[in-house]
Amino acid sequence: MTSEAPASVARFRASSAVRMSSVGAVIVGVAVLAAVIGPVVAPFDTASQDLPLRLTGPSLRHWFGLDELGRDILSRVLAGARISLLVGLVVVSISSAVGILVGAIAGYFGGRVDEALSRIIDVLLAFPGLLLAIAMVAVLGPSLSNVVIALSLIGWVGYARLVRGQVLRARELEFVQAARALGARTPRVLLRHVIPTALPAVSVQATLGMGGAILAEASLSFLGLGVQPPTPSWGTMLNYGRIHLLDAPHLTIFPGLAIAVLVLGFNFLGDGLRDALDPKAAPSGR
Amino acid sequence: MLRYLARRLVLTVPVLFGVATLVFSLIHLIPGDPAQAMLGETAPQADVEELRRRLGLDRPLLEQYGAFLTGVLKGDLGTSLRTGEPVVSQVASRVPATAELAGAAMFVALLVALPLGIAAAVWRGTAIDSGATALALAGVSIPNFWLGPLLAIVFAIELGWLPVSGRGTLAHLVLPAISLGAALAAILARMTRATLLEELREPYVQAARGRGASRARAVLRHAFRNSLIPVVTLLGLQFGAVLTGAVITETIFAWPGIGRLLVQSIGFRDYPLVQGCILFIAVTYVAVNLVTDLLYGVLDPRIRFE
Repeated sequence: MTSEAPASVARFRASSAVRMSSVGAVIVGVAVLAAVIGPVVAPFDTASQDLPLRLTGPSLRHWFGLDELGRDILSRVLAGARISLLVGLVVVSISSAVGILVGAIAGYFGGRVDEALSRIIDVLLAFPGLLLAIAMVAVLGPSLSNVVIALSLIGWVGYARLVRGQVLRARELEFVQAARALGARTPRVLLRHVIPTALPAVSVQATLGMGGAILAEASLSFLGLGVQPPTPSWGTMLNYGRIHLLDAPHLTIFPGLAIAVLVLGFNFLGDGLRDALDPKAAPSGR
Repeated sequence: MLRYLARRLVLTVPVLFGVATLVFSLIHLIPGDPAQAMLGETAPQADVEELRRRLGLDRPLLEQYGAFLTGVLKGDLGTSLRTGEPVVSQVASRVPATAELAGAAMFVALLVALPLGIAAAVWRGTAIDSGATALALAGVSIPNFWLGPLLAIVFAIELGWLPVSGRGTLAHLVLPAISLGAALAAILARMTRATLLEELREPYVQAARGRGASRARAVLRHAFRNSLIPVVTLLGLQFGAVLTGAVITETIFAWPGIGRLLVQSIGFRDYPLVQGCILFIAVTYVAVNLVTDLLYGVLDPRIRFE
């Protein structure tokens, strides 16, 4: 039972957390490598077609087979890594920057400012995550940039709420009070003293957010609302693969596997990071 | 309790008002002329003018906003551009299918999550725990738009046990429910493990063991019952994810629910219907969150006296 958990159990848990985050780091590292050097090492051009061999399954020449237009799926999966990571990175950067700013202002100033910002956050949180993005892209039109705009518009809310909570706590800390008493201006107190206390939590959320943004982009593209063909996005590839589920399941299997593995990588990494940064949340500490 | 109920209800009003405002503004986010966008670039100018008048887009913005809010309160969201039928009746006709799918997905999720979470907590720090944790993380990471087709390939196409798509019999419900419930199962399993571990450390569990209760009884009769409160709360909070997931699952399995209606109406640029679907899903989500909060207040007196 838990209460008599010996030290060896704690060690097992800790080592398992380290193992999981290492696996996550390796997966993310491979994906980044694929995004950077993918186009160079890809066996074929992502647009070149071999129509007579369209929908052919995996072979020695085409490891992941060919798609509905006779394009090499392996080359397109490699190129898709670039789109996925790019969307994730841009969405997480914009969302976290806006979220940190709004959350810090709300938490630090409190009162009416906090009240007004919190109401906006409440309304945005009243929409299930992806639904608002679907609505935004539906009216703005399907494109890569509109996906980034839509996902950033909903993404900042989570960071704002997280940072607000952290800042509420941090503004009462002694060193923050001391900085204020010594005459430091508000922007300096916020940037140098208050916001840094929220950064560990933000970095965990950002890592998990990368996985979330990649999944959301793929979902929108799968619905035909995201990246448009012929740009190789994993979600778009799955959308077209669906039509050939009966005769060519490999169109569905490989892009989906790429999404699942990369998102799993970010989730492993985010979980590991949380355990490392917050000993209370670590499984070994429970 | 009544004060808690009243306060919670009052807090919901501005949120619903904000939701309606956001849904109203959607049509005005369309780049260029919304009426032209709905009818297409080649539509005759007279038709565009007529639609603009029909949708009230020629009136001042504030007037349009007032008319929209009044319409929402009266249950009138306009008519579908494609079919000419009232938006409300079109959305309402899809509710049973989505409710059936969401309910089945949540049932599947609980069926998988509870035993998995209990096993991971009871055998904490063992290979069973690690396996359950990894399985839960995999469940969160596998997109339902991949899991759905994979399940269809294996169980519908290869084995021929279940139908590929459509709605009708219980067999039709199995694959969509598993595909939609998998991620929720993963989240609930992690929560069950975490809360059960907390409870197992409580003195009352030790006391039950001291009084001679078996290990299984101490876990299931005492600790598990108390750990259910946060799990049920999480189930309510995750309802939004289930509804959004339904948009994708319904598209994959040609399930005639609100999610499929939303995607189809986006394809037809039937924006009044898009607004109707979004508003319905968001309001349902707010309502379920409210009920979850109230239930939490009933189950845990500490919350309502805060």
